[in-house]
Amino acid sequence: MRLKKIQLGSYIIVAFFLFFCFKLWQLQVIEGDKYRALSESNRLRIIKTPAARGIIFDRNGTALVKDVPFFSVSVSPESIKGLDLGALAKFLGVEKSELVEKLTRKDNSPFIPIKIKEDLSFPEIAHVEAGKSDFPGLFVESGLGREYLFGTVGAHVIGYLGKLSPAQSGNPDFSNFPPDAMIGQWGVEEVFDKELRGTPGERIIEVDALGRELRLIQQRPSVKGKDITLSIDIDIQKAVEDEFKDKAGALVAIKPATGEILALESLPSFDPNVFSRGIQYRDWVSILEDKKNPMLNRALQSQYPPGSTFKIITATAALEEGVIDLGKKINCTGGIHFGKWTFGCWKKGGHGPIDFHRAIVESCDTYFYEVGRRLGIDKIYKYATALGLGKVTGINLMIKERSGLIPNTEWKRQKKQRPWYLGETYNAAIGQGYVSATPIQMARMMATFSNGGTIYPLSLIKGGSKPVGQLGIKPETIQTIKEALVGVVNEPGGTGHSAQSKVVTIAGKTGTAQVIGKQRGAAGGKYMDHAWFVGFAPVDKPEIALSVFVEHGGHGGTAAAPIARRAIEAYLIKHEPAKAGATLPAPVAGNYDAREKKKNSPEVRE
Amino acid sequence: MNVKIDRRLIKNFDWLTFGLIICLSLIGVITIYSATRPPAGVGEHPDFYSKQIIWLVISMASLFIMVFFDYKWLDRYAYQLYGAGLFLLVAVLIAGRSSMGAKRWLSIGFFSFQPSEFFRIMFIIGLSSYLARRNNDPGAQMSAKTVVIFALFPLALLIKQPDLGTAILMISLFIVLSISKGVSKKVITVVLLIGIVSVPFLGHIFWEGLKGYQKDRLVAFMDPDVDPSGIGYHINQSKISIGSGGILGKGYLKGTQGPLRFLPEKHTDFIFAVYAEERGFVGSFLLMCIYLLLFLRGLDTACRAKDEFGRLMAVGITAMFFVYYCVNIGMTLSVMPVVGIPLPFVSYGGTALLSNFIAAGILINIRTRRFELFYP
Repeated sequence: MRLKKIQLGSYIIVAFFLFFCFKLWQLQVIEGDKYRALSESNRLRIIKTPAARGIIFDRNGTALVKDVPFFSVSVSPESIKGLDLGALAKFLGVEKSELVEKLTRKDNSPFIPIKIKEDLSFPEIAHVEAGKSDFPGLFVESGLGREYLFGTVGAHVIGYLGKLSPAQSGNPDFSNFPPDAMIGQWGVEEVFDKELRGTPGERIIEVDALGRELRLIQQRPSVKGKDITLSIDIDIQKAVEDEFKDKAGALVAIKPATGEILALESLPSFDPNVFSRGIQYRDWVSILEDKKNPMLNRALQSQYPPGSTFKIITATAALEEGVIDLGKKINCTGGIHFGKWTFGCWKKGGHGPIDFHRAIVESCDTYFYEVGRRLGIDKIYKYATALGLGKVTGINLMIKERSGLIPNTEWKRQKKQRPWYLGETYNAAIGQGYVSATPIQMARMMATFSNGGTIYPLSLIKGGSKPVGQLGIKPETIQTIKEALVGVVNEPGGTGHSAQSKVVTIAGKTGTAQVIGKQRGAAGGKYMDHAWFVGFAPVDKPEIALSVFVEHGGHGGTAAAPIARRAIEAYLIKHEPAKAGATLPAPVAGNYDAREKKKNSPEVRE
Repeated sequence: MNVKIDRRLIKNFDWLTFGLIICLSLIGVITIYSATRPPAGVGEHPDFYSKQIIWLVISMASLFIMVFFDYKWLDRYAYQLYGAGLFLLVAVLIAGRSSMGAKRWLSIGFFSFQPSEFFRIMFIIGLSSYLARRNNDPGAQMSAKTVVIFALFPLALLIKQPDLGTAILMISLFIVLSISKGVSKKVITVVLLIGIVSVPFLGHIFWEGLKGYQKDRLVAFMDPDVDPSGIGYHINQSKISIGSGGILGKGYLKGTQGPLRFLPEKHTDFIFAVYAEERGFVGSFLLMCIYLLLFLRGLDTACRAKDEFGRLMAVGITAMFFVYYCVNIGMTLSVMPVVGIPLPFVSYGGTALLSNFIAAGILINIRTRRFELFYP
């Protein structure tokens, strides 16, 4: 009896022995690899060390950005449970609710430290370092922030860094980025993000259960991103922003011989520094709600009738198609009558008999109505599109560029289900009506025209690219129109005299885009016309071609032309002082007072 | 007379049991050294292992003393010893030191110990003595008074501390010894029910009496994956430690789970996880075999004991080691709830080691004196 009971006891003991051995076999032999991996992920942390971002230079080697140390306070996820959040919030000077929100976000990784306060000043760092022993798991992290040395100047080109947006987080390109990674979100920072970014380094460290770093297991240094030298000249950008004052608009300057963008300014601009250190919500809202719309890149995204600047295209078509005789004058009586409509010239009373050259210089509308009539809309369309209007320039700034519009009979039939009317040709010939273009298209048109008709792709990188085409326009045509464009700026009665420079001969053309539905006669504010100026310099060997657009600036000659002159001088004085001086024309005397008075008169439609 | 005893003591000494527990104790010291080493080899090494060595020396001395005296003296003073054990339990409730929500420690000057550790031995002596003196009629009823003295009263005191581990042990020992003696099934059933019900004993009072960590442990046992970094943490980390050892282990002093603090109670309750991580399945299997031998040897001793008292004590002591072993290994393998019970002879803890050696000493004593048919 006793022996039996003891035997039973030994069976129980052996049964437990076998059961435990079986469990051990299961854990250690069958699932050993799985648990080995789990124990490794327990103790090893892979910490990405940020790579220094490449520096962006302008064409003269001026650094536009700088990497600056950037400090934030983080907490390791393991230690959150033991923290007195109220005391911590007080210690850091943040709202407790904000702190709790950051610590309890769903996408927080259980291993990656959570940033709870960013952009610390040095006194704040000292404060945290001194008091962090009260809060286990709290530490100061350093990273590299981006400082934009010229602030708002050129911000639309340079762009800014920002955190991954929710949409980007889902993109496989960014899948191995930490959730708080800063990547290029605008301008060149975004376009060349891959090059600028560099390769993050890696530190594999051993940590204990509280997430404290114990030792370094392995390290791979980060590789700095590539530096990028842009084609833009920050001095032009600065001069332009200065000259625009508080007006809105855009300027695009292109090097005609290469297609390099020398300047691309859209105003009002924004300060990228606000974004690069983690924009505060209220700042973002204030930018979004700003009625002046600073995030709109007006150089690429605003399209308006180019007004009389379009006459360069009409004139080119006229000479190429041989529809006019250069010596023959057309009599301007202040407009033409067509059926029951009257198409007026901006100059009431008319220019009288006027030839091709003076018609451009004085921007006579009547002359170009006649030219338009002789050409027909489809011929105008042919030359306008050849010069790059009506389609996007393809410059890559990762924003939606607008294409403008050049109408033709086919377009009218398809879009409006109507035939083309001659009256519409009149409007198109002087850059009004359906015709519209963006500042960058007009600048490119001017660049292509001024270099003799060679088409270059636009480039933001110094050096430009190979030409992609040739217009095949007769040199005489270009020469004749160039002379007239010099006259616009430099001859008495020229509409663009305020672009006249003492250091270089500038050629150009003014333009005014009517504000639709405007109260004729209103002299200011949002009812004023938009001002255009396109031009290039020096005349004999153009180094810079540009377009200026001033929203509600009024008359192109007064609002846009001085900005163009300032930009051209800012570029040429520095680069080719000798040449600029050599082509200095004799001072042109002329009485422009009469024109000045006219500038805001109701009929001005230049 | 003395010479005669000495010669017989040496000749009949149970070297196997002694060797097995020395093996276990040395494995314990070596593993404690590894478990408590500073992370990444930096910093001072805590002196747990050296304390354990000192305790081991004291324990061995105590074992020899326990072997030297004939265990009949234990029988003679059994009730006094058991009374002293109960007194200690009462004393700890009155004068005990609280630590981690439990009142288990009693200080006597510079020396502090857990009375439960000694009570369990006194309990075995007392109950064995009582049962041995009863006649062998299997149908005999155990008086209600006995059940109260040997089961309900100490159980209440242990739950009050609370010391769930010793309470479970006590109930188990009561049942094992009663079955072994052949007490009526009715009494055994009643005590077993009391034991099972003692967990929710007096309904919600028990749940209220459970400390927060005990509730967590119970919930965690039900579903360790509910919150891997929360209450199920201990269990998961223990499994990871053991599993990551693989077949051959990570190697001595190469385990990471303990020193990096992923494993809780690494040198006490979860020492087996540290051992299994470093020694792998081979080492774990070896350890299981040592225990198996120890238990079977204990039962063999019970079979050969010269008297009923010796037999019951051998069964009780073997059962005590076995229950601790099962609960502890079961806990680290997450097949049982987390109950703070150390692994006998291996876990860090001076009082426990001393008390286990005393128990082993009694076991060896019983075997050594198996041929003494007459009291001298």
